[in-house]
Amino acid sequence: MSSVATLHDAGIHGSHDVHHEHHHHETFITKYVFSQDHKMIAKQFLITGIIWAIIGGMFSVIFRLQLGYPDQTFPWLEDLLGHWAKGGKLHPEFYYALVTMHGTILVFFVLTAGLSGTFANFLIPLQIGARDMASPLLNCMSYWFFFLASIIMMSSLFVQTGPASGGWTIYPPLSALGDASQGSKIGMDLWLVSMAMFIVSSLLGGLNYITTILNMRTKGMSMTRLPLTIWALFFTAVLGVLSFPVLLSGAILLLFDRNLGTSFFLSDIVVAGKILPNEGGSAILFQHLFWFLGHPEVYIILLPAMGMSSEILSVNSRKPIFGYMAMVGSLFAITILAFLVWAHHMFVTGLNPFLGAVFVLLTLLIAVPSAIKVFNWLTTLWRGNIRFTPGMLFAIGFVSLFISGGLTGIFLGNSALDIHLHDTYFVVAHFHIVMGVASFFGMFAGVYHWFPKMFGRYLNNVMAYIHFWVTIIGAYLIFWPMHYQGLAGAPRRYYDWSNWESFKNFGGLNEFISLVAMIVFAVQLLFVFNFFYSIFKGRRVTDKNPWGANTLEWTTPIRPGHGNWAGEIPEVHRWPYDYSKDGKDFIPQDTPVGDDESKH
Amino acid sequence: MTSVAIAQKNKIHPHKFTLWVAIGSILMMFAGLTSAYIVKRNQANWTSFEIPVMFWISTAVIVLSSLTIVAANKAFKERAIGKYRSLMMVTMVLGVLFIALQVIGFKQLWDIGLTLQKNVAYSFLYVIVGLHGLHVIGGVIALVVMAAKAFSNKTRVYSAVPLEVMSTYWHFVDVLWIYLLIFLLLIK
Repeated sequence: MSSVATLHDAGIHGSHDVHHEHHHHETFITKYVFSQDHKMIAKQFLITGIIWAIIGGMFSVIFRLQLGYPDQTFPWLEDLLGHWAKGGKLHPEFYYALVTMHGTILVFFVLTAGLSGTFANFLIPLQIGARDMASPLLNCMSYWFFFLASIIMMSSLFVQTGPASGGWTIYPPLSALGDASQGSKIGMDLWLVSMAMFIVSSLLGGLNYITTILNMRTKGMSMTRLPLTIWALFFTAVLGVLSFPVLLSGAILLLFDRNLGTSFFLSDIVVAGKILPNEGGSAILFQHLFWFLGHPEVYIILLPAMGMSSEILSVNSRKPIFGYMAMVGSLFAITILAFLVWAHHMFVTGLNPFLGAVFVLLTLLIAVPSAIKVFNWLTTLWRGNIRFTPGMLFAIGFVSLFISGGLTGIFLGNSALDIHLHDTYFVVAHFHIVMGVASFFGMFAGVYHWFPKMFGRYLNNVMAYIHFWVTIIGAYLIFWPMHYQGLAGAPRRYYDWSNWESFKNFGGLNEFISLVAMIVFAVQLLFVFNFFYSIFKGRRVTDKNPWGANTLEWTTPIRPGHGNWAGEIPEVHRWPYDYSKDGKDFIPQDTPVGDDESKH
Repeated sequence: MTSVAIAQKNKIHPHKFTLWVAIGSILMMFAGLTSAYIVKRNQANWTSFEIPVMFWISTAVIVLSSLTIVAANKAFKERAIGKYRSLMMVTMVLGVLFIALQVIGFKQLWDIGLTLQKNVAYSFLYVIVGLHGLHVIGGVIALVVMAAKAFSNKTRVYSAVPLEVMSTYWHFVDVLWIYLLIFLLLIK
């Protein structure tokens, strides 16, 4: 009798297999708001991410203004920020709030949800040959939890005592004690609740991505025929699903410490001459819990950018990706190592030096898979028939930034050097280049490359080229000098350096960095304009496969409906990188293998 | 049915697979908490504690409920709808009873002065057991929905997938509880 039940399960898939357009009636609400179409959810993530990126970027411009011009006042700041900028001078408490929120917004809301949320949702079903995600409902919920998290985080910007201001890493005891600072009051609670919602969103998304990739591939799409984008998004989801719950447990314990009088992270604390009753806790414990997520988080941000750049580099070099299996293997190695290096953020916490040595070794090991990837990207480009589309330029820019930022990681991974460099601008420069800007470049590459598939129109190329050149030159001009500031010992997160004799000579440099940051921010606004303008007014796509790419998303109609393919899902016969093979420019994945075809 | 659909049929159902990944994720949260517990235990200011007697009774209850949901599965596949309905009800009641026993256990601890704030050891006990309880409550809510569907005459359910997903989750919270109990007994 049990066969009756199982036969029916299969029937569910059978009925979905041949798709009927407009099978169900769609209202405005079901199409644009509570959509269960993975493509629409991807766009929701992308546009929410863009809004956050503007806010997060704006914050950095405001605090760069303080760093670049510490003795000047800007009356318009008071109009914008009210009591946080009395007389046009940024309040020190609010400076910390801005730094904290800049980090939180860009790390989590833009480069995690905005990046993975957009491209995992958009590309996974299209590139593996599926009608939609394994669970469209969970997918829809994933976005709305993210939206809820966004609303809560946004509201924390407007509370009387201001948003969280203990740094994006929210170390206790600062974050655990409401009396410790303005930002440790209600703003911190809102931060924690918002992050809990955000983690639920990430987990729902991650579950779906993993299941869809392993379970919903079309016929012939074996794991070794997956585009590298999908491999990267797969490992990203694995990292998220295994590391975010640990941050959640840390956040829960912190909420208990803040509101219910427990002492998980608190011990022997004196605030304003008053001894607190909390004892027995350990602040270092929080750092372990935080960085067990925090380090994988770096790769959650970086891997999608790696995957998309691999794909875009291959398509626009008209060459197969070099070392496909090595690329997959190095993604896997990075995923494993990501879980084993968290304590390299904690070298100066009094960590046992022997343990430190183990973490140094594991950290430096990451250089091996990273170098393999860089080598393969460069050899993919080598003697290729390169087309410098905007997407391609950003992918090349990603490789450049990944190399420059990765090299300084070798300095920081060394515990002896880290004693000097810890919490200086060297660290700021390192992670902004390798993880912040590099991932942004991967994201831009993805947007320029897949925009025609998302909206059926092209982005404007002139604006795109201005965007690229100003951003890459600007990124280096902003962050390169920070390495020197860091080597000289300039500490990060400081409101004003001008009281230190030793940092006085950096005044001019700081002003220069702030100026460039403003120019780069303005160019990002140009991109945002280009994005929204092109959705409505961009040049229309007339060719189903405008880049001449092999992957399955380009076999769908120019504006695919819910269900992606009008007829049957295509069958896959080959890997996705048959470019310039046997005299043919490209051979899509759904083309059967010919008898006289050479092996790749 | 096309070849693509046939290829799909031989794989594990996506909903079941999603649950397995989710279980891995939930386990990571408890792994985070229990490793924090171990780290903390090796530091100063730790007191060992006794597991309340109620937790032993609740263990028996949740193991029993795992058995009843197995029987409910069997009844569903035999299309013994009456038996299926009553077994689902029994599982649901046992789930609620489990929660009640945990709460009584906590109450007894609290009444003899072993409160949440008393010592980090007790804070951990409350948080870990409490978070497990929340996962059981989630399961009970799902059981209520499943039982309501079983009693509805309007919807005819033929697919065993929701029930199988439900059972797997229920066994998971059962096994997780037994693991946590052994953990708390061995390392205190």
